[in-house]
Amino acid sequence: MEILIAIAIGLLAACGLYLVLRQRTWPLIVGLSLMSYSVNLFLFASGRLAPGLPPIISKTATAYTDPLPQALVLTAIVISFGMTAVIVLMALGAWLTAGHDRTDMTANTAEGDDA
Amino acid sequence: MTHWIIAPVVLPAMLAPLLLLLRHDQTVQRILGLAGTAALLGLALVLLAISAEPQLYRLGDWPAPFGIVLVLDRLAALMLVLTALLALIVQVYAIATGWDRRGRHFHALYLFQLMGLNGAFLTGDLFNLFVFFEVLLIASYGLMVHGAGRDRLRAAIQYVAFNLIASTLFLFALGLIYAVTGTLNMADLAVKIAALPAGDHALIRVAAILLIGVFAIKGALVPLQFWLPGTYANAPGPVAALFAIMTKVGAYAILRTITLILPASSPAIGPLLTDLLLPAAGLTLLVGAIGTLGASTLPRLAALAAIASIGTLFIALAANTPQATAAGLYYMINSTLATAALFLIADQITARRSAALVSGPRLSGLHAALFFATAIAMAGLPPLSGFIGKLLVLDSLRDHAILWTLILFSSFLMILGFARAGSTLFWNTTDQATAKPEPAALAAIASLLALLLALTVFAGPVTGWLTLTAEGLHAPQPYIAANGLEAN
Repeated sequence: MEILIAIAIGLLAACGLYLVLRQRTWPLIVGLSLMSYSVNLFLFASGRLAPGLPPIISKTATAYTDPLPQALVLTAIVISFGMTAVIVLMALGAWLTAGHDRTDMTANTAEGDDA
Repeated sequence: MTHWIIAPVVLPAMLAPLLLLLRHDQTVQRILGLAGTAALLGLALVLLAISAEPQLYRLGDWPAPFGIVLVLDRLAALMLVLTALLALIVQVYAIATGWDRRGRHFHALYLFQLMGLNGAFLTGDLFNLFVFFEVLLIASYGLMVHGAGRDRLRAAIQYVAFNLIASTLFLFALGLIYAVTGTLNMADLAVKIAALPAGDHALIRVAAILLIGVFAIKGALVPLQFWLPGTYANAPGPVAALFAIMTKVGAYAILRTITLILPASSPAIGPLLTDLLLPAAGLTLLVGAIGTLGASTLPRLAALAAIASIGTLFIALAANTPQATAAGLYYMINSTLATAALFLIADQITARRSAALVSGPRLSGLHAALFFATAIAMAGLPPLSGFIGKLLVLDSLRDHAILWTLILFSSFLMILGFARAGSTLFWNTTDQATAKPEPAALAAIASLLALLLALTVFAGPVTGWLTLTAEGLHAPQPYIAANGLEAN
């Protein structure tokens, strides 16, 4: 169980990082999403892995799992969803105004000179 | 428990959606936006008046460490006042120059940005700090692309990507900290980390490095500063001026971390963080100062001067003594206001000529005077507060010969850089006339400089208050006790 989760976190983070290093906006966005999935799994595992135990109080439960990481993961998912929406729209805007989807800049645009 | 503490977060959170509903009436937006920022300044001053003892605000009345808490202490109050002052002046400037009309939601985004900033300064919970970071970042993305433009959008993509990766690392750090200690309340962490069993030391060290790395990205510390020049140089002038406080959020978070959560006194950490921060801060100062010499455009010069001032600030914070912290806080007030003034005057100048530092049309003497005064404040020359700030920092680092050399040498480089830029801008001119100065916009810049002057004149009382702040940071027992937790 732990090994499986650890491999999943590592694979997602590695694929995410690879895609982030591509200098195109679409792979970049997918890569950022993969990285956020890996961190969500990691947060989930930070409360110890306990299969089959409920996080909320019930009459039939014999033991409980830590509910806090689940709340943290929920928050993190919501935030990364919002951030993904923002960067997708920005990438769309950049692509429409520039006519290509490269994320790197030439020397003089990075200098802030739009002349 | 006073309810004023949550007001700086709630007020913009309520007002901003209202402004979204009123998106078709620019005038009402301006009035409400300004009123909101002015009210925030009033609130911040009220909180400053009651901040002598750390005070707790429990959201939903859940006790710490189970619920989310806001903690008001002197440092948080200081940051709130600084943010509100800067925000009000920058907003007046944005209205005076018409920048806020280049997009539809400037004032709403502006208030959301302030909500995130205020929340980040007040929160007493690490995960909540992450959430407020995201609030202020998502607002800053919107402000960054305000007014659009091809280069601005592409610079914004880089800025967003960089910050999203930083946020991911922040979450990894939080997950590690939670796995090791089982809490995310800052005061509770301070107690738990001081008493960690030896087997967990390595894990918490990894988390500490991750955490400091993330805050260093926010604070633009070398080698994590690469996002800043492109972002600031391409952002709209008033937005770049407001961003002057954004790097200070990173500084604030690092200060909280090394004084409260992961202090050098805890056996798990020791001098690990300060040993890393001090050389990084020195390099930041050097890179920024050399950059001001080599900058080819005015916005980029401003961005690199901002990096240099961050370096000086972090040197003082990383020295990690009460005296150095007080000096750093004084320098931080000066650096925030001066950086903002520099971006605003750069915006005024680039609106009238090309941004590149080459011969161009003649500018008015008012612009030259304001640029000159701002450059003095940034480089740390007498008579403005930048000089006093650098003096205090130097005084607190008596036995660091290398840092002394660095600070003095980089000041010299910055004077050269500003002199080179100023002489090109104002003396190497053609006979073409430019548009007349806008009095309201220049008044906003002048009021920033007036604040610096006040900071210089009242340096005595201000440093006295900051010394108390720094002593409170380095002896966090009252802060921990305010959370209802016992330090052992």
